[in-house]
Amino acid sequence: MARSYVSTRLNGAETDFLCEPRQSLLEVLRDELGLTGTKEGCNNGNCGACSVMLNGRIVNSCCVLAVETQDAEVQTIEGVARGDQLHPLQQAFLNEAALQCGICTPGFIMASKALLDREPDADEHRIRHWLAGNLCRCTGYDKIVKAVLSAEQMQGVK
Amino acid sequence: MSTVEKTEYKVIGTRPVRPDGVEKVTGKAQYGADIRLPGMIYGRVLRSPHAHARIISIDTSAAEAHPGVLAVLTARDLPAAEDKMEDLGESAINVMEVSDNILASKKALYRGHAIAAVAAASGHVAEEALAKIKVEYEVLPPVLDVRDAMREDAPLLSETRLTKSMGGKLSEKPSNIAQFTQFKGGDIAAAFADADVVVEREFSTSMVHQGYIEPQVSTASWNADGTITIWTSTQGAFAVRSLVAEVLRQPISNIRVVPMEIGGGFGGKLPIYLDPVAALLSKKSGKPVKIAMSRTEVFEGTGPTSGTNIRLKMAAKGDKITAVEADLAYEAGAYPGSSVGAGAMCMLSPYSIENFQIDAYDVVVNKPKTAAYRAPGAPAAAFASESLIDELAKKQGIDPLAFRLANSSQAGTRMVTGVPFPRIGAVETTEAAINSPHYKSPIEGPNRGRGVASGFWFNAGMQSSVVAAVNSDGTINLIEGSTDIGGTRASLAMQLAETLGVNYESIRTAVVDTDSIGHNDVTGGSRTTFASGMAVFEAGMDIRRQLIARAAKLWSCSVDDVVYEDGGLRCKVDSTKGLTFKEMAGQQARTGGPLVGKASLVARGAGSAFATHIVDVEVDPETGKVEILRYTAVQDVGTAIHPSYVEGQIQGGVVQGIGWALNEEYFYDDAGKMMNSSYLDYRMPTALDVPMIDTILVEVPNPGHPYGVRGVGEVPIVPPLAAIANAIADATGHRFTTLPMSPRRVVEELNGLG
Amino acid sequence: MEAFDYVAPRSLADAFAHLTNGRSSLMLAGGTDVIVQLREGRRHCDQLIDIKHIPELTVLRFTADGTLEIGAAKPLAEIYEDAEVARRLPGLVDAAALIGGIQVQSRASLGGNLCNASPAADASPALMALGARLVISSATGSREVPVEEFFLGPGRNALKPGEILVQVKILPQPANSNAHYLRFIPRNEMDIAVASAGVRFALNGEGRIEAARVAIGAVAATPLMVPAAAAALNGNLPTEETFGAAGDAASALATPINDMRGSVAQRHQLVRVLTIRALRGALKRIQEAR
Repeated sequence: MARSYVSTRLNGAETDFLCEPRQSLLEVLRDELGLTGTKEGCNNGNCGACSVMLNGRIVNSCCVLAVETQDAEVQTIEGVARGDQLHPLQQAFLNEAALQCGICTPGFIMASKALLDREPDADEHRIRHWLAGNLCRCTGYDKIVKAVLSAEQMQGVK
Repeated sequence: MSTVEKTEYKVIGTRPVRPDGVEKVTGKAQYGADIRLPGMIYGRVLRSPHAHARIISIDTSAAEAHPGVLAVLTARDLPAAEDKMEDLGESAINVMEVSDNILASKKALYRGHAIAAVAAASGHVAEEALAKIKVEYEVLPPVLDVRDAMREDAPLLSETRLTKSMGGKLSEKPSNIAQFTQFKGGDIAAAFADADVVVEREFSTSMVHQGYIEPQVSTASWNADGTITIWTSTQGAFAVRSLVAEVLRQPISNIRVVPMEIGGGFGGKLPIYLDPVAALLSKKSGKPVKIAMSRTEVFEGTGPTSGTNIRLKMAAKGDKITAVEADLAYEAGAYPGSSVGAGAMCMLSPYSIENFQIDAYDVVVNKPKTAAYRAPGAPAAAFASESLIDELAKKQGIDPLAFRLANSSQAGTRMVTGVPFPRIGAVETTEAAINSPHYKSPIEGPNRGRGVASGFWFNAGMQSSVVAAVNSDGTINLIEGSTDIGGTRASLAMQLAETLGVNYESIRTAVVDTDSIGHNDVTGGSRTTFASGMAVFEAGMDIRRQLIARAAKLWSCSVDDVVYEDGGLRCKVDSTKGLTFKEMAGQQARTGGPLVGKASLVARGAGSAFATHIVDVEVDPETGKVEILRYTAVQDVGTAIHPSYVEGQIQGGVVQGIGWALNEEYFYDDAGKMMNSSYLDYRMPTALDVPMIDTILVEVPNPGHPYGVRGVGEVPIVPPLAAIANAIADATGHRFTTLPMSPRRVVEELNGLG
Repeated sequence: MEAFDYVAPRSLADAFAHLTNGRSSLMLAGGTDVIVQLREGRRHCDQLIDIKHIPELTVLRFTADGTLEIGAAKPLAEIYEDAEVARRLPGLVDAAALIGGIQVQSRASLGGNLCNASPAADASPALMALGARLVISSATGSREVPVEEFFLGPGRNALKPGEILVQVKILPQPANSNAHYLRFIPRNEMDIAVASAGVRFALNGEGRIEAARVAIGAVAATPLMVPAAAAALNGNLPTEETFGAAGDAASALATPINDMRGSVAQRHQLVRVLTIRALRGALKRIQEAR
C-alpha cells in the first residue's frame, strides 16, 4: 500500500510522517509517532478518550484521517504542560482526585482546556454539556466537574 | 463526615496527590495498549457471527497466504486443557472452560466467541486476513433467556452438563442449569401465615457491561529460551500468570506478567481472553504480538454481568420483616459461574430476618461468559428485595428508612450462611441517612419522587505481599503487586507513612511484575486497601522491629527499653539517646545492612460494607424520561484512608448504578445478536445525565484491620437500582420490576402502550 | 479497514474529475460518519474525496436577499457559533448544536448528515421545516431540490452518479415566523433520535398561524413532511388545541419500527409530544422576538 507523506505542526513542532490513507490520526499519533497519551476507547467517536485539538477545535482523533492533517495544527495531551509546569487543569485534576484509572483523563483535559480557552468561567451545567462527549466510567463525573471549576478559579487568580 | 470511635491519625484521612498522578494527567503513564516492542506485530481475533453453532471446519490456508501474515491460530493450537478448577481467590473457574472460551474448539456458544486469530505486520493486514478464514458452521437454535434455558425442552449448550446440587449431587439428565444452591432458615410457612402483610413480585434485569473505557489488550513475547513475557491490562497479574500457565501447560516460573496501567476493570479484567492467544501467536511468528480488542469485541466477547430473573415473596408483621421466599435465576453466559451465589448471600444481609428460603440457579445461555462486575450478583438481588421492602414499609405505614432501621443487622446478626457479623456499621449508616440534610429536605413538585434503598457487600481479604526498602536518605520504595485501579498506590503509601511516622511524600510506591514480588491476589473484592494495606502495616512493623533491634545494639540496651514513636527512636532508660528514622536510615550500612521490611499474608477479618442511598427523581410522563435531581450515598467505610478516593469510589459506583437502572442493557435480536454493541447505543451516563453525587462517609472501624479499613469500592453499586425504582414508584405510583427503566419502558407502562 | 486512496481537490472541477475517473468514491467532509462506516466495513470505496478544501463547500453567508448559503462541508460548530445565524435561524441551530458531542460538531457537516440519509438525522426535519433547498452539482451543471425530496430510503439519497451536494440554501423566512427542532433521546446528549420534530410557522396580524411547516424524523424510512399537521395549524390560533391536532397528525403519519432505539408505540407517542413541544417552542420564539 502506497504511503502518503504528511507534514503537520504537532504540539508546536514541524512534524513529518508517512501513513496509509486508512490510518486515523489516533493510530498515527500512537503507533507511528509514539505519542500514546491520546487513548483509544471506542474508535467510533463516542467516548472522547482520543480528543485532540485540530486547527483550534476539539476533535476525536479516531474520526480524523492522518492524511487530513497536512498543513494542520495538532495539539495533544503531551503538549499541554510546559516542561515541569502543569497546566492549571492538570493540577486541578490532581488536587481534586478527578481521576481513578486515568484512561479517560487526557481526553477530559483536552476537552476541558478547549472549553476554558473559549469560556473561562463556564458554569457547572455548561461544563457538563461540553464534556458530554467524553465518557468516564470511574468517577461519576463529580470530581471532574469540580476540577474544571477549580481550574477556572486557578486561572482567574493567575 | 460522620465519625464513630475515631483514632487520631497524622496521614490517614488526609488527601494528598496520588504518586502516579502527574504521569496520568500528562499522558505519560503507560497503559496496556501503549507498549511498543522492537519488531512487534499485531494480532486480531475472528469471532463467531452465530450465538450457537457447531464448528464443522476451519480453513485458514488463504489467511496464511495473505501477504504480511506471520501466524494464524485456532483452538487446535491450544494444548488440551485439564478439566479442573483453578482458584482465583474470590472465585474458582474450570480451566478447560477458560481454554474453550479463549478459542472455541467444537462449538461457538455465543456471538463474539473467539474462533481464530491472526498476527500480521499491521492490524489492518491482520483484519484483511481474518476475512479470508473460512469457517463452516452448523447453526443451532440459541437460548437467550434464563427462564427459557431452564426449561426441560430448551436447546442444550452442552450435552454432558448435569446440574450440580448441594453435597455434590448430580442431576440425571443434562441441563442448562449448572448449579442449584439453597439457603434456608426458620419456618417460612408459619411466618407467612402469621404475617400482617405479604408482597410478591417477579423482577428481571438484563445483562450489563462494566463499561471500562480501556478495551482489553495484551502483548506477549515467547522468548527463545522458552520463557514468556506478557504485558497486559489486568486486575491481577498473578492470576493471569496462573491461568496462562494452565492454558498453555507451562511452568508458572517461565511466565512473567508485567501489569501495565489499567484503564478500568470493575471485575471485568479478572478473566483472561487475549493473553494466551498473543503468546501462541508470538511463538508461531517469533515476534512480540500485541492484540487489542475493539469496543464491539469488548461488548460481545468479554464478560458482562448476569441478566437475572428473581421471584420474591416477603412478609412483615408490625415493623419487622418476618419471612422471605426467593427464587433467583442468573445467566452465567456460555459457561457456568454466574454471580447468583453472591446475590443470594447478599440479598438479605442488611437485615436480621429469621425465616427465609432462597433458591439460587446458575444457568448457561448463549451469551458471553459473565464476569464479575462490582459487588457481583448483589445489585440485581437488592433491586428485588429493596423494592419489596419499600412496599412492605408503605403497607405498614412506616417511613422506609425507619422500617429498615427496625430490621437492621448488627454485630451478632447471622447472615443466611449462618455466619454472624462482627462489628458492622449498618445501623449507623441507616441513622446517618435518616439524619442527612437530603432526607430531611422536602421533595416537592409534580412527577417528582424520592426513593431509598440499602445494600451490602462482603468485601474480601486474600493474599498480599509487599516489600518496603528503606533508602539511605530516609525515603522508602514500597514494592507491591496489586493492580492500582483507582488510587491504591496512595492509600498504601499513606498506611506505611502512618505506621512509620514518616512523610507520605518520602514513599514511592511501585506496582511490579510477577518476577519481582511474592504472590498477590487480584485487585477485586474491594480488598487492596484493606489486605495489601494490612501487609503494608506488617512490613512497616517489620522495619520498626529491625530499627528497635539496631538501636538497642547501638545504645547497648535491651530492645524492651527502645521505643519507636513519631518517626524516631528513643531510649526509655536514657533520655539523651534518640535517633530519627532518617538518621537510622543513613546508618543502615553500619548497623546491619539493607533495611527492608516485608510482609506476606492472607488477610483475615475483612469488614463488610453497608450503604444506604437516597435519590430524588423527576419523571416526564409524556416521554418516560427519568431525571436524577439529587443523590446522596451514605456508607460505612470503616476508616477512610484517602477520603477523596473513597468518595470517588462511591460516586463512580452510584453513577454506574444509575446507568444500570435507567438505560444500560444488552439488547439482543432473536438470533442472539447484540444490537447495541457500541457506546452510542449502549448508553452509559454522560456528565450531563447526572448531578453531583453527595457522599456521607460513616466511619465504623473494622476491628479486623489495624487502621479499621473496610473495602469501599463495591457496595456503592448495590442500592441505586432499587433506590431509583422506589423513587419512580413514589413519583408515578407505578412500580417497575424490569430493568432498565428506560424511557421506552417507562412511557409504555405509564401510558398503557405496547 | 480496507485500503483506499485519498484525494483532496481544491476546486469543484477537480472533484468532478476524480468523481468520474471510473473508481468508486465516497465523499469525506467531517468524516465522523464515513470514517467509522469504512472502518466497520459498512461502506466501501476505492477513493475518498476530501471535499472540505473546495471553496463552494465551505461558505457560510447571507446573500443580499437574506438567503443563507451553507457549504455542504461546513462544520456544524462554525454554523451555530455564527451570531447572525443564531439570531436569524434558531431552528437550524437547534439541530446543528446537538448532533454528536462537541468533538463531532467540530467536524461534522450538514452535507454529511443529509447525505447519510439516516431517517433519524437531526438536520433533516430542521431543514425541512425551514423549507431549505439543496444545491447539487455535477460536471455538466447544477440543480436545486427541496430538502424533503432528497431522501429515498434509509441510507439512500437523490444524488446521481457524478453529483455532489454543494450547498444548503435557506431562503428568507416569512415575517413574524420562527422555528424549533426537538428530538427525543434516552440520554441528554450523545444519542440518535428516537423520534424528532421540526416546525416553523408565522403569526399573521390577527395572531393566526400561517406558513406552517411540520417535519418529523426517525418514525419512517425517511424523514417526513406532515402536510396534515400544517393544515391543522394554518388559519388557527396557536392554542394547545391547535398544537394537539398537529401532534395527532404527525403521529398518524408516522410508520415507525421497533428497534434497539425505540418501539412503535413509543415513537408514535413521542412524535406527537415532540411536535406539540416544538410548536410551543416556536411560538415562544415568535413572542419573544416582538
